[in-house]
Amino acid sequence: MEKTVNQKAWFLVLPVLLLVAFSAVIPLMTVVNYSVQDTFGNNQFFWAGLEWFEEMLASERMWDALGRQLMFSGIILAIEVPLGIFVALNMPKSGFWSSFCLVLMSLPLLIPWNVVGTIWQIFGRVDIGLLGHTLDALGINYNYTQDTVAAWITIVVMDVWHWTSLVALLAYAGLKSIPEAYYQAAKIDQASRWKVFRYIELPKMMGVLMIAVLLRFMDSFMIYTEPFVVTGGGPGNATTLLSIDLVKMALGQFDLGPAAAFSIMYFLVILLISWVFYTVMTNLDKREG
Amino acid sequence: MAKITLDNLAHSYLSNPASEDDYALKELNHDWEDGAAYALLGASGCGKSTLLNIISGLLQPSQGRILFDGKDVTNAATAQRNIAQVFQFPVVYDTMTVRDNLAFPLRNRGRDEAYVSDRVQEIARMIGMEDMLNKKARGLTADAKQKISLGRGMVRKDVNALLFDEPLTVIDPHMKWELRTQLKKLHNEFGHTMIYVTHDQTEALTFADKVVVMYDGRVVQIGTPQELFETPEHTFVGYFIGSPGMNVIPARIEGTRAYLDGSYVELGRGYGALDGKVEIGVRPEFARLSQSEGLPVKIRRIEDVGRHKIIRADFFGHDINIIAGEDEQVSADMNRVSFDPERVNVYADDWRIKGEAA
Repeated sequence: MEKTVNQKAWFLVLPVLLLVAFSAVIPLMTVVNYSVQDTFGNNQFFWAGLEWFEEMLASERMWDALGRQLMFSGIILAIEVPLGIFVALNMPKSGFWSSFCLVLMSLPLLIPWNVVGTIWQIFGRVDIGLLGHTLDALGINYNYTQDTVAAWITIVVMDVWHWTSLVALLAYAGLKSIPEAYYQAAKIDQASRWKVFRYIELPKMMGVLMIAVLLRFMDSFMIYTEPFVVTGGGPGNATTLLSIDLVKMALGQFDLGPAAAFSIMYFLVILLISWVFYTVMTNLDKREG
Repeated sequence: MAKITLDNLAHSYLSNPASEDDYALKELNHDWEDGAAYALLGASGCGKSTLLNIISGLLQPSQGRILFDGKDVTNAATAQRNIAQVFQFPVVYDTMTVRDNLAFPLRNRGRDEAYVSDRVQEIARMIGMEDMLNKKARGLTADAKQKISLGRGMVRKDVNALLFDEPLTVIDPHMKWELRTQLKKLHNEFGHTMIYVTHDQTEALTFADKVVVMYDGRVVQIGTPQELFETPEHTFVGYFIGSPGMNVIPARIEGTRAYLDGSYVELGRGYGALDGKVEIGVRPEFARLSQSEGLPVKIRRIEDVGRHKIIRADFFGHDINIIAGEDEQVSADMNRVSFDPERVNVYADDWRIKGEAA
């Protein structure tokens, strides 16, 4: 079949281009604008070149925040992905309890971020919180406002509570799409439960798990509200993740130049990691094929 | 390999089946002979997959027993029955190589690697995939995948029966023929008991020694392709098998004559008084169009299908199909149809009545 060539078709993408320009490109450009200039108010700008970038790259503070951020994302992925798969595997496949579980699982996903933060902030308090008070009564020294380990455990558990459902629901969807014949064939081949998981379920879930990991990585890497509400980045800077640090810098200290440079690098890091991850996963997929 | 006996077997998907209509598979007694090739033929939803799943142990029957060589396996798990099944959609382990796929059932049963690799090599030769052993199964075509499922079934030497659940549904037409031929060859060579479920009569008739025709949860006839063609025991067999199917016309039977709408046809046998819905059935191959003889019909259409002509006629609101030879002339004044008396079957409530020699 011959393809028709019509350059006017470009006009069809115009609305999208306009929308993206106003929603993403132009706002981003103002950040770029700030990142290469210095200002003392009064709308007076002075060219600063890459000075802010150099300053940020040399700043120990940013590297520390990046390290904490990577650790946080790494920990929650390492917990949420296997746990989500485990939950999905154990969910009923049909009937009333299946719907019941689905609704139950989606509940945490429907709660606004700062409400989640508040819930855990109160839940963990030693004086009035159920969790904090119980742990204290058991003689465990738990105080997330003073103890770094306790603070980390709190925000990790909170994120796991909030987002494991997402992984579980995606994995569940992947599992449901496996035709019954695969399980029947596995029975006939006398495959063990582990082999069914390893050779049927896991390969068939790979697509959705990739999406789950990507979503969870991006979201956790940008997380702000929940840890901010619970720990405010403390104790000290122990839970100051990248975006908390960014907000401190931009709004707390009003260092607009460095904060803008920081923002751009932050954005590029997410983009880079997501791209690398996606490329590696799809290549893995192709190589196997 | 084994003889498979179904003893009073029936199955309902409901927990408390009240009437016979609730049964997806109605009571059935049958022996599947060791080493024979059977086809299980019927329209969608007639219970043939249910029966297959009961034999393979994926489904527990609600009543009756199933025996392999006289040994009761009704409650035995699928793996213990040592059967193999090829499904409608190719089931292969995507991430494994063809070799690992074929070796999988043996490895799961703890056979040593030397035996496994010998056996895999042998099976690969049988299904013609020796040069693909190291490929990943994922990228293969549907027919190659289906061959792997077949190979996985045959890799175990002690397999009791090979079951096929419409295995050629997703295969391209030209590959269908090749796979079917290969299957037939493997059967002749190795003599596995094979049960092949299909709704395609060509597949069933070319593959099987014996065809089991099912209709509405019931086995209506078990016979060789020739028996199904010549003496359909049930009107369903008559019109399901054949292209076009058997002509079935309501009639009143008196002795050796069948009266239909003011005319009559001679029958090859005599019949006593019949109750219920009485019909005669005659295959289009045994009907003949002429100018003077037989029932008056109106010809609606003539289809030339190459090897022969199919004449679609109307007899007082009943369709009658007639097959005429390619070189036979059909003229406008040929508006009567006659039947070969020996080939006219009589049915009461859809079941064939034998009759006595006249």
